Amino acid sequence: MRAAPDRLPRLLALVPYLLEHPGIRLAEVAADFAVGADQLRDDLNLLWVCGLPGYGPGDLIDLAWSEDDTLTVTHDAGIRRPLRLSTDEAFALIVALRTLADVPGLEGGDAIDRALAKLEEAAGTAAAGTSRVTVRVEAEEATLAGVRQALDEHRALRITYYTAGRDETTERTVDPTRLLLVEGRSYLEGWCRRAEATRLFRLDRIDAFTLLDEPAAPPLQAQPVDVRGGVFRPSPEHELVVVHLAARARWVADFYPTESVADLPDGGLEVALRAADRSWVSRLVLGLGAAVSVVQPHDLADEVRSMARAALHAYEDDAASVL
Amino acid sequence: MGAVSAARTERLVNLVICLLSTRQFLTSARIRSLVPGYDHGYDHRDDAKAHEAFQRMFERDKSELRDLGIPLETGTNSVFDTDAEVGYRIARRDYELPDIHLEPDEAAAVGLAARLWRSGLSSAASSALVKLRAAGVDVDPEATLGVEPVVDATEPALLPSLQGVQQGRVLHFAYRTANSATPQEREVEPWGIVSWRGRWYLAGYDRARRAARVFRLSRVSGPVTPAGPAGKVKVPPDLDLVAMAASLSADTPTQTATVRVRPGAGAGLRRAASRIQPDDVGDVLDLPYSDPEALAERLAGYAADVVVLGPADVRSAVVGRLRALAGERA
Repeated sequence: MRAAPDRLPRLLALVPYLLEHPGIRLAEVAADFAVGADQLRDDLNLLWVCGLPGYGPGDLIDLAWSEDDTLTVTHDAGIRRPLRLSTDEAFALIVALRTLADVPGLEGGDAIDRALAKLEEAAGTAAAGTSRVTVRVEAEEATLAGVRQALDEHRALRITYYTAGRDETTERTVDPTRLLLVEGRSYLEGWCRRAEATRLFRLDRIDAFTLLDEPAAPPLQAQPVDVRGGVFRPSPEHELVVVHLAARARWVADFYPTESVADLPDGGLEVALRAADRSWVSRLVLGLGAAVSVVQPHDLADEVRSMARAALHAYEDDAASVL
Repeated sequence: MGAVSAARTERLVNLVICLLSTRQFLTSARIRSLVPGYDHGYDHRDDAKAHEAFQRMFERDKSELRDLGIPLETGTNSVFDTDAEVGYRIARRDYELPDIHLEPDEAAAVGLAARLWRSGLSSAASSALVKLRAAGVDVDPEATLGVEPVVDATEPALLPSLQGVQQGRVLHFAYRTANSATPQEREVEPWGIVSWRGRWYLAGYDRARRAARVFRLSRVSGPVTPAGPAGKVKVPPDLDLVAMAASLSADTPTQTATVRVRPGAGAGLRRAASRIQPDDVGDVLDLPYSDPEALAERLAGYAADVVVLGPADVRSAVVGRLRALAGERA
C-alpha cells in the first residue's frame, strides 16, 4: 500500500519549519504548505506519535498546540533542518533564476545574481548539471529599455507594431501595464487605445516606439491577460479549419497550436486548428501549395483556389510586360 | 486504505528519525526491532513468512526514501569483520539543507523564479520553497520585480534528458524528424538542454551519425532510457547551446531575391527587405534568403500581392505552388 506521495516530505519539513516559527498560527502554516487545515491537523497528529527509538515521553516529537491555534515545537526528535534540495528542486529554482538573470535590464538584477549564488551553494551537488541547461528569453534590448522606462514612469507609449496574423503594420497608442516573459519571448502588456482592449505586444515586433509625455491611463475595465496557459489561446469563436498535410508538411502541426492532429495512411496528417484571421490561414495554405488540401471550410478551399488563379494571372502579365 | 497508508507514513518518519539519530550502521534486523510498524499483524517474529513480509516492506521503504533524495548510507561497523551484515544510517551533514539566509530582495527573486514554470517543474519549485521556508527563509510568492515570467516544461522527455545530462550517461530514445511519420532509434551522448523560443532541445553527439545534433524534445516518442556508466559523456568546452538550437531554424542568408509588392501589401516582407524601391506598379523589394523553397513558401502565401522577379528557381517554385492550388497541372 502506498503512502500519499507528498506527505512524507511535508512531514519532514514541518518540524524544522515550526522550529523556525515558534507560536505560528495554524492557518499560516497551512497556507505555506498549500494544504487544508484538516490535512494539517492530521499531519500534526501523526507527527505527535513519531520519535526516537524508545518512544517514551522524552523521545517523541512534542508540540505545544495552544487554544488560539498557534503551534510551537518543544521536542524535535532530531529533525532540526529540512532535507537538502533534490536535483529537480535545485533545477527548478536555479535554472529559473539564471533565466531571469540573463534578461538584460531587469529590475532587481543584482538581487537575482545574489540569490542565485546563495542557492547554488546551498544546493551543492544537486546543482551540478544546471550549468548545462539554458533557458533563453529573447529581449530586444533597446525596445526593452524603452518599455521598462514607460512602465517605471507610468507613461503612455506610441508604437509601430507588426501584427503577423494579419500581416500588417499599424500605429498604436498603448497604456503599458506589465512586462511578460512567456515561452522564450518578451511581451509588453498594455491597454491598446485603438482596439480598446488589453493586448500583448511582442517586443521584436515593435518596429519603433516613442515615449509620450502623457501618463499611462489604462481604464478600470482593463484586465490583466492570464498567460499561464500560453499566449495564443484558441477561442471557440475562431473559425475551425481542417486541412490534410502531406508528410513533408508535418512540421505545421509542431509549429502552430492545433485543436487535433491525426495520422493519415499516406504518412500525412489531418490537422484541425482555430484561425483568428482568415488571411493568415489562406497565406499558410497558399505557401504549402501541393503539400496541403483544405477539408473544411469549403469556402476557404474556393477562396484559396481563386487567389492562386489571380496570382498566376499576375505572373502571366508580368511575363508579358518583360517580353 | 487511508489508515494503512497513514501507518506507512508514520513508519517512514520513524525510520528517518531512527537512522538520523544513529552513528552506527543499523542492520535490517535491528531496524525491525527498533522501528514500530514492521511487524504489524504478525505475532511470531521468527516466522519465515513474517520475515519475508518484513524484507519486502523494508525494500520498498528504502527505495521510497532514496526517491525523495534522502541519502541512505550502507556499510558495516567494523572493517575487520568481513562477515558482518550490511547496515544503514543517514549522515546528518548529507541530509540537512545547509544554512541559507536571503535578504528580502533575494527572497523576492526566488519567489518570482519559483513561479516561472507553468507546469512539470512547478511542483519541484513549490517543494523547494517549502524546504527554504523550513530553513527559515521567508519567500514572497507574490513578488514580481516588474515582470511576469512563464516557461512551459511539460515535455515528458525533459526530466529524463536532464538526468542524462547531469549524470553524463548515454541516452537512447526514438525520435521523429520534422517531416517523417516514423520515429527512429537514436543513441546520443547528451551535452546540454536548451529552451529557445519556447521550445525545448537536447544537444549532443549522435553516435550513429557521428555528428553533433540538436533534438526537439517534443519529437521524442516514448521513453528516454539511460545506458552505460555515468560520467562517460565528454562535453565540448566551447559548447554554445543557444547557437545550436538557433541553427535549426535560422540559416544565414546567402542570396537575394527581388520581388514586386503591391502598394500597402506585404508588411512582413517589407520588414525583412534589405532595400525597397518604388516602381510604376508597386514597390520592388530585395529579400535576403538561404533556402529557395522556404522563401517560395512564404512568397506564395501573398498570392497576387507579390510577384517574384528573380531568381528563376524561386519564381518557378512559387508558380508551382500556385498551380497546384489553382487546380492546374504543373
